[in-house]
Amino acid sequence: MGKRRIVAETGAGQHGVATATACALLGLECHVYMGTDDMARQALNVVRMRLLGAEVIGVDAGSRTLKDAINEAMRDWVTNVRDTYYLLGSVLGPHPYPLMVREFQSVIGREARAQILEMIGRLPDAVVACVGGGSNAMGIFDGFIDDAEVRLIGVEAGGEAIVRGRHAARFAGGSTGVLQGTRTYVLQDDNGNIELTHSVSAGLDYAAIGPEHAWLRARGRAEYAYATDEQAIDGFQTLARLEGILPALESAHAVAHARLVARELGRDGVVLVNLSGRGDKDVHTMEKYVAHR
Amino acid sequence: MSRIDERFAMLRRDGRPGLVTYTTAGDPDLARSAEILRALDRAGADVLEVGVPFSDPLADGPVIQRATERALAAGASLRGVLKMIRETRNAIAAPVVLFSYANPICRLGFKGFATAAADAGVDGVLALDLPIEEADEFRSALEDAGLDTIFLLSPTTTDARIQKAAQLGRGFLYGISRLGVTGARDQVASGAEEMVARIRRHTTLPIALGFGISTPAHVAEVGGYADAAVVGSALVALIAEASGSPQLIERVEAYARGLKGACATARTSRS
Repeated sequence: MGKRRIVAETGAGQHGVATATACALLGLECHVYMGTDDMARQALNVVRMRLLGAEVIGVDAGSRTLKDAINEAMRDWVTNVRDTYYLLGSVLGPHPYPLMVREFQSVIGREARAQILEMIGRLPDAVVACVGGGSNAMGIFDGFIDDAEVRLIGVEAGGEAIVRGRHAARFAGGSTGVLQGTRTYVLQDDNGNIELTHSVSAGLDYAAIGPEHAWLRARGRAEYAYATDEQAIDGFQTLARLEGILPALESAHAVAHARLVARELGRDGVVLVNLSGRGDKDVHTMEKYVAHR
Repeated sequence: MSRIDERFAMLRRDGRPGLVTYTTAGDPDLARSAEILRALDRAGADVLEVGVPFSDPLADGPVIQRATERALAAGASLRGVLKMIRETRNAIAAPVVLFSYANPICRLGFKGFATAAADAGVDGVLALDLPIEEADEFRSALEDAGLDTIFLLSPTTTDARIQKAAQLGRGFLYGISRLGVTGARDQVASGAEEMVARIRRHTTLPIALGFGISTPAHVAEVGGYADAAVVGSALVALIAEASGSPQLIERVEAYARGLKGACATARTSRS
């Protein structure tokens, strides 16, 4: 492509760190846009990106989270498109981004399917993943999409409550709309303006959902639920104490819901949870919540 | 012949380029937006582009982003903008083009929107993040309501796409003079003339050129090869600066007269 300059957006910082790493390895110039609220709550990843040589640009507009970072990355991209590639981090944006990102993320689905067959000799009853834009979920779902007997379950951010402006559960409070080049479920008001969102996890704090999720839901191939901030924090602690793993707060939403699914399936059930990120970046946030209890 | 066609036919007869103005509706409030539109019309603007405020204006630079925020904070919405146009339409001679992001329009539904816009006296609509490949339903809804669909073309638009826009577009084609978002610049982009020539090879529709055009000198320069120059951010910045002043309307009118005066001195190469 001949492009030497990369721009990306990031919410939790995971995609920003991955992009910064790739750019360091390949000797490319890297600019990562990030909402200033997210920079504050995911400070560890900001440091990691900067150590890797990326420029992290704070975005102080709107809700100062992922949506606003994408707006700014797109503005940069359209301005510098001749020498710049926009490395979009989720299954969002204009075609063909949702398909490309799903394809790249599908490695996790293929590997997980092979590994679980090897470990227990059968497919899981359900695959559970958190859904912000929805790339980790699309990636792992993709490995099981043709296995009709495997339930695919996406978990959105229920935030504080399913009340305007206090959550990011698009299927629970959204309607069809167009945002950032994608027609999908969007949290919006009666005039078509995008609503503010809230989630304890930066990576799920977004007003739209990848369009292929909307399609999987409409077809009945995948089902979607949400976990509240409180439930995600419980999920985080449960996994830490039972397994010695600190999951990212995003993934903790999947953990929280997986517990409900496991209860439903009973002792012989097998639930595969995608731990899409690690929780190191969230220990400060967790400390606040745990201290309040 | 639509009101937009008539206006460009008149300009062509006179051998002069036109002036297209963009203002964000609802900044500082809808009542003053109506006065601003009347002032621009008095000053001789040939097309009035009326920007619909949207929460996520990703094609806009900081000046129009801030205007949009002020308009939303003042309570403006697509419905409110249409109501304002309906109440002001009779006092305005120039054609009115709505400039909107797709989502507010989708929210009303294409048919409902087209009917409401036609009823308000809107002449054309530009949905700037609705790509031409996805615009069939939108375009036929507008056509059924007698409205022109305006398409945007940028320096990276392929010839195949220009052809499609030439085929499906009505009224005029809107060329973006440079890559990037809206905003005033010191100079007209160097590739702008060549871009207009490239579009011209595919169409007889008038071509308006915008993005980065802010002064009478820019308008005169662009008027040498395009059928109209679009001035947006410079006007929006003036409105922001003067919004607290009792001279707001006079200043907007005077600025637009200066721009229109530049059109009178420029002769289009097509005349």
